[in-house]
Amino acid sequence: MDINDLRGLSTLFMLITFVGLVVWAYGRKQKKPFDDAANLPFADKDLAERTRSEVLERE
Amino acid sequence: MATDAIETLPVTYNYKVVRQFAIMTVVWGIVGMGIGVWIAAQLAWPALNFDLPWTSFGRLRPLHTNAVIFAFGGSALFATSYYVVQRTCQARLVSDGLASFTFWGWQAVIVAAAITLPMGLTTSKEYAELEWPIDILLAIVWIVYAVVFFGTIMKRQVEHIYVANWFFGAFIVTVTILHLVNSAALPVSMTKSYSAYAGAVDAMVQWWYGHNAVGFFLTAGFLGMMYYFVPKQAERPVYSYRLSIVHFWALISIYIWAGPHHLHYTALPDWAQSLGMVMSLILLAPSWGGMINGIMTLSGAWDKLKDDPILRFLVVSLSFYGMSTFEGPMMAIKTVNSLSHYTDWTIGHVHSGALGWVAMISIGSLYHLIPKLFGKEQMHSVALINLHFWMSTIGTVLYIASMWVNGIMQGLMWRAYNEDGTLTYTFIESLVASHPGYVVRMIGGLIFFSGMLVMAYNVWMTTRRDISVTIEKSEAVVATV
Repeated sequence: MDINDLRGLSTLFMLITFVGLVVWAYGRKQKKPFDDAANLPFADKDLAERTRSEVLERE
Repeated sequence: MATDAIETLPVTYNYKVVRQFAIMTVVWGIVGMGIGVWIAAQLAWPALNFDLPWTSFGRLRPLHTNAVIFAFGGSALFATSYYVVQRTCQARLVSDGLASFTFWGWQAVIVAAAITLPMGLTTSKEYAELEWPIDILLAIVWIVYAVVFFGTIMKRQVEHIYVANWFFGAFIVTVTILHLVNSAALPVSMTKSYSAYAGAVDAMVQWWYGHNAVGFFLTAGFLGMMYYFVPKQAERPVYSYRLSIVHFWALISIYIWAGPHHLHYTALPDWAQSLGMVMSLILLAPSWGGMINGIMTLSGAWDKLKDDPILRFLVVSLSFYGMSTFEGPMMAIKTVNSLSHYTDWTIGHVHSGALGWVAMISIGSLYHLIPKLFGKEQMHSVALINLHFWMSTIGTVLYIASMWVNGIMQGLMWRAYNEDGTLTYTFIESLVASHPGYVVRMIGGLIFFSGMLVMAYNVWMTTRRDISVTIEKSEAVVATV
C-alpha cells in the first residue's frame, strides 16, 4: 500500500457515493417529500399577498 | 414600540432590498454592456481609445468584465436570491439592516472598482483585479450576505430547503472560499500588493478561482434563478425534483476541478492539464442534466412559449446554456484547445454563456420579478419585452458567430507553416483578416446593449407610481401573485 492506492480508492469512493446518491434520490421513500418540495414555489400565497398589499399601501 | 407588539404583526417579505438590487441590475447592465460595446469598437477602430491611459483597452476591459459579472450579474444574484429564499422558506430575511448593508456595501465595491481600474490600479489577476483594500470590503460584504441568506434558511417555516436555495447557498459558500484564497496577497502600499503565490502555483490558484467564478458565480447562482423562475413563470413544478438533486451534487463536485483547462500547454504539469481536461469533459453530464430539467419543465405546455416572451427569455437562455456547456468541454480537449486558445473563439464562448445564458436568464427573471416587487400585475409593455427578447437573441448570435469565424481563422493562420518551416502569415495579417469580424461583433453587442435600454424604459414605466391605476387593479389581481 502506498499513497497511490489511496488515490485509486478515492475514485471508487466517489463512484459509490454518486451511485448511492442516485439510488437515494430516485428511491420510492423520497417521492412524497420531493413532490412536496417541488411545489414550494407555489405554496406561499398568503404571505405574498400580504406583502403585496403592504407594497401598494406604500404607494 | 413594545417588542410583543412587533411580534404580533403579521410577517411580510422584505422586498425593499430586492427592489434596490433589481433596479441596480438594470443600471449596471447598461453601464457594463455600454463599456463592452465601446471596447469592442476600440478593437475595430483603435483610435477610439483617444490616446489616453484611462480609456485604453487594457484598463477598460477589466472595468467591463467587473461591471457585467459583479455589478450586473452580482446585483441580479443578490436580488433573486433574497427574493427566492424568502418566498420558498416563507420567512422574512433574518435582518433588514444586514441586508441593507450588503446592498450599500456591494455598490461601494462597484464604485471603487470603477474608480481604481481606469487608474490602472490592478492585481493583474483576471476577474480578481481589485486591489487589497477593496478585496477586504468585498469579503466583509460577502460574509454578511452569507449570514443573511443562511440565517433566513434557518428560520424557514417549511421543512424542506427548496433546490434553488441549495444552488444559491453553494454559490455563496464557494465564492467566499475562492475569493479569500485567490486574493491572498502581501500589501506593500494602499494601492499595491503582491500575490501570496508564485509561478505555476499562482497560475493554478488563479484559474482554480477563475473557472469557478464561472462555475459558481455565473452558473450555480443562475441555476438557482432557473429552478425558481422557470417553474414559476411556467406555472408548473420543475420537471424532475429528483434529477435536480443529482444535478446539484454532481455539478458542484465536478466544477471545482476544471480550472487547469485554462492552462493547456503552459508550465503547469502535464498531468494537471490532462486532469483538468477530463474533469471538464465529465462536466457535460451534470450541465446538460440541469438544462434538460429546466427545459422539460415546459413539457406539455410548450404553447406557453408562443405568447409569453418572459418564458421565451428563460427557455432560450437554457438553450444557450446547453450550447456553451457543450462547447466548453469540447474546447477543453487539448487538441481542440491548441487551435482555439488565445483566439477570439474563447471570447465568443464566454459571451455565448454571458449574454445567452447569464444575461438572458437574469433579464427573464427580472421581467417576472419587477412587477411583483412594485405591486403591479405585469410589466408596462409585453410587446417591448418581446422586442427586447429578439434584440438579445440576434445580438448574441451575431456576437458568437463572428467570434467563431474569427477564432478558427486566427487559429489556422497562426499554425500555418511554409515548406521551409517559416510561418505563412505574420500576426498583423491575422489581425487585418479579423477586422470584419470585430465590426460584426460590435454591431451584435450594440443590439444587445440597445435591448437593455428598451428594458430600462419598460422598467421605468412599470415602477412609476400611478395611484389611480394601482388601486383600481389591486382587487382584480389577487390570484396572480
